[in-house]
Amino acid sequence: MTVSSLNLALAAPEIFLLVMTLIVMIVDLFSAAEKREGRLFFLSIFTLVLVAASLYAPLDAPRYAFNGMFVVDGMAVILKAAIVIAVAMVIIYSRAYLVARKLFSGEFVLLVLFATLGMMVMVSANHFVSLYLGLELFALSTYAMVALNRDSAVSTEAAMKYFILGALASGLLLYGLSMIYGATGSLDVATVAKIIEASHANDPLITFGLVFVVAGLAFKLGVVPFHMWIPDVYEGAPTAMTLFIGSAPKIAAFGFIMRILADSMGGAVGDWQGMLVIMSVLSLALGNIVAIAQTNLKRMLAYSTISHMGFMLLGILAGTKNGYSASMFYSISYALMTLVSFGMIMLLSRAGFEAENLDDFKGLNQRSPWYAFLMLIVMFSMAGIPPFLGFWAKLTVLEGALNAGYTWLVVFAVLMSVIGAFYYLRVVKLMYFDAPTDSSPIIADAGFRGLLAVNAFGLLALGLFPGALMTACLNAIQRSF
Amino acid sequence: MALLGSILGLAVAIPLWTGFDNATSAMQFVERTPWVSRFSINYALGVDGISMLFVLLNSFVTVIVVIAGWEVIKEKVSQYFAAFLIMSGLMNGVFAATDAILFYLFFEAMLIPMFLIIGVWGGPNRVYAAVKFFLYTLLGSLLMLAAFIYLYNVTNGSFDIVDFQRVPLAKDVQILLFFAFFASFAVKVPMWPVHTWLPDAHVEAPTGGSVVLAAITLKIGAYGFLRFNLPITPDASHALSGFMITLSLIAVVYIGLVALAQTDMKKLVAYSSIAHMGFVTLGFFIFNVQGMEGGLVQMISHGFVSAAMFLCIGVLYDRVHSREISAYGGVVNTMPKYAFFAVFFGMANAGLPATSGFVGEFMVILGAIKVNFWYAFLAATTLILGAAYTLWMVKRVIFGEIANDHVRTLTDINGREMLFLGVLAAAVLLMGIYPQPMTEVMHTTVDALLKHVAAGKLN
Repeated sequence: MTVSSLNLALAAPEIFLLVMTLIVMIVDLFSAAEKREGRLFFLSIFTLVLVAASLYAPLDAPRYAFNGMFVVDGMAVILKAAIVIAVAMVIIYSRAYLVARKLFSGEFVLLVLFATLGMMVMVSANHFVSLYLGLELFALSTYAMVALNRDSAVSTEAAMKYFILGALASGLLLYGLSMIYGATGSLDVATVAKIIEASHANDPLITFGLVFVVAGLAFKLGVVPFHMWIPDVYEGAPTAMTLFIGSAPKIAAFGFIMRILADSMGGAVGDWQGMLVIMSVLSLALGNIVAIAQTNLKRMLAYSTISHMGFMLLGILAGTKNGYSASMFYSISYALMTLVSFGMIMLLSRAGFEAENLDDFKGLNQRSPWYAFLMLIVMFSMAGIPPFLGFWAKLTVLEGALNAGYTWLVVFAVLMSVIGAFYYLRVVKLMYFDAPTDSSPIIADAGFRGLLAVNAFGLLALGLFPGALMTACLNAIQRSF
Repeated sequence: MALLGSILGLAVAIPLWTGFDNATSAMQFVERTPWVSRFSINYALGVDGISMLFVLLNSFVTVIVVIAGWEVIKEKVSQYFAAFLIMSGLMNGVFAATDAILFYLFFEAMLIPMFLIIGVWGGPNRVYAAVKFFLYTLLGSLLMLAAFIYLYNVTNGSFDIVDFQRVPLAKDVQILLFFAFFASFAVKVPMWPVHTWLPDAHVEAPTGGSVVLAAITLKIGAYGFLRFNLPITPDASHALSGFMITLSLIAVVYIGLVALAQTDMKKLVAYSSIAHMGFVTLGFFIFNVQGMEGGLVQMISHGFVSAAMFLCIGVLYDRVHSREISAYGGVVNTMPKYAFFAVFFGMANAGLPATSGFVGEFMVILGAIKVNFWYAFLAATTLILGAAYTLWMVKRVIFGEIANDHVRTLTDINGREMLFLGVLAAAVLLMGIYPQPMTEVMHTTVDALLKHVAAGKLN
């Protein structure tokens, strides 16, 4: 094996990210305390921007590196770009919040960058081992991130829950993959796909393994009945970490699921379709209904995440290219919406005060019509009201599911989204119809304000012109599968 | 500023009327650019003989609403007018869209400003009303969206409404689609028994909001029946016409009786709106020219009359801050000019000949009698009920002894109020005496639609 046959150039963005992460580690070590924060911030944003730029590649047929363990195709490129951009936004949003809480340290930046690397490997892996490698790199970093505020009992508890359940899920996933290895004799995605295709998924061992794999994936995605960690972690983690966990990883999880279910087990689509239908139905129902009862905004958004993931599954379970591309569009849209919503929470928080209750948004329109309007955009977008991005995301997945013949499921999803609209409306109601209880001025640095506006108006702009992103997703999926 | 915007809107809409070709039922002033190529969605606008009238009505009412809100709204004025202008633009979009997704987009987006209008500037129970309004309409429209996606698949990837109208569909499919559309539009109209959001929303909304709700948004529901239910599912429409007529007659008679029992003026007018809209749907589902044109005339007329009624109530409310009928009495003694307008619009609401209210009702009854005597008979009771509840309210509010000190200190309407009430009164009279221009515009389109419905589209 020579170095040239490894096709290292294809993995250049990941390699660059790794090198830069190590450099950040050294810089952190040798910087004076007062210069550290600025340097870390600059370096991490600089790295992510360069990584995003280096990802640019024409949407071509898949190309392989590391002897087939690593693939670069249209889906991987778009998902990675979305992940990197989302992470950069997380860092910009979190800076002031974390500095005020003395958490903006080298560890935070390092963990974020390592998690990003893990996510990039997840969406680009073409082998069960590299998939697992990416997943664990990501997961271990996030466990630590949740616990970063180590003096907070709530955060520690959340991290503990996250870690134990996460480890269990990883175990399930590995167990399932080992069974599939037993049935097919290979860990390579393409080879497994061929064997499953040939056996017409009649092998009970494969089906059995599939159950475990799906359970593991469902945990990572946070769909019912593997959702228990989501509300606790969302609520318990510092908001900046919640922002991180709620955004980019959803995109990565989509890519991960596609690699395992669609890429390698596309032949057994009938087997996993049914499981996803059940999980989707349960997530839509539980997520939307339980969210109504929440008074904590972070918890409410956690349940809303569960329902959104139920929506995303609608596209995947369709098992068609239309459906896959719809889910891809959904995951990217969802990440963009989450970023604004948690950004708003951080905006209203101050040193020593967490604006995480719904009541903290009371009368926001009187305190600041501008921020209230931005939040209004996000809430209506999440509820799927046009002309915002969330509407198109819902439209595409519903179309995917309906096209695959799941009419009843679409009607069910539609009914659930009406229930969902209620709690998003409640936020709007609090902001616009109620009088403020808190009149302290809202302070944010220019970067934060600018990004928040761009992010929220991006939802509107993408809602008015969704064509380009949609077509890109469709093209990517069509060339990748 | 807002006035300027709304007048500009009206000015732009007028060439639609003058340049309109009455001889064709096809879409005119068509504008079409590809928008979302993934779903071959076009940004496609156009008007025919039906929608053109509503675009005009909407632009006209917006001007009135802006004038009416001029001195009355004191809180967050800029947001109030911004919401109304956005709303007006979106409603024009609803009437002009010829692409289903574009239609849906305008249809839904319209809820956002209305939600805020009710919730921010509304009465004491506004939060309940706003949320109820939003969720009711959202549920219906999402089912319609599912129907759109289904049709998109059936037509091999087109969201063009004309393609929807052409594609042949089996009877049972048509019935399901009919109910999906029905869920959306019946709530909007609103038809009995899904009307319960309307009295709440009307009562709590600020005057301008009530006007727009009654004058325009209700029309969108009926417009949807004409644009979607009838042409896309003609056979189902025929099969279910008995069902629709029954619901319409219940609205006319039962809701008319309910209106009689109201003590809140706004609620009374809200219920009378439901009864009038029952007339409209009745006219549509008896499938003849008189019925349909009568329904359309009734829609336009109701747009003016209900707007005027709500404005009249608004005038009193601004002074006394009560909508209870019992809080008034003998207003004529202190506000004679106002009393003139109030009585006039009350008459129009009751369908007095020579006002616009009469023309539509008469045409619908004429159409109905051709189909079934009893339909016409029941529908005609509205002339009695309508007169009873409206005139009784007018009597209790306007005439009689001066009831209390509030009424004694009332000042008569000022020039601004005189202006918008006067313009509306002129419009109502004009339409009542000479409705010809309106029916001419819609005639070709209605004919073509009825032929299309009669032909059916079973394969």
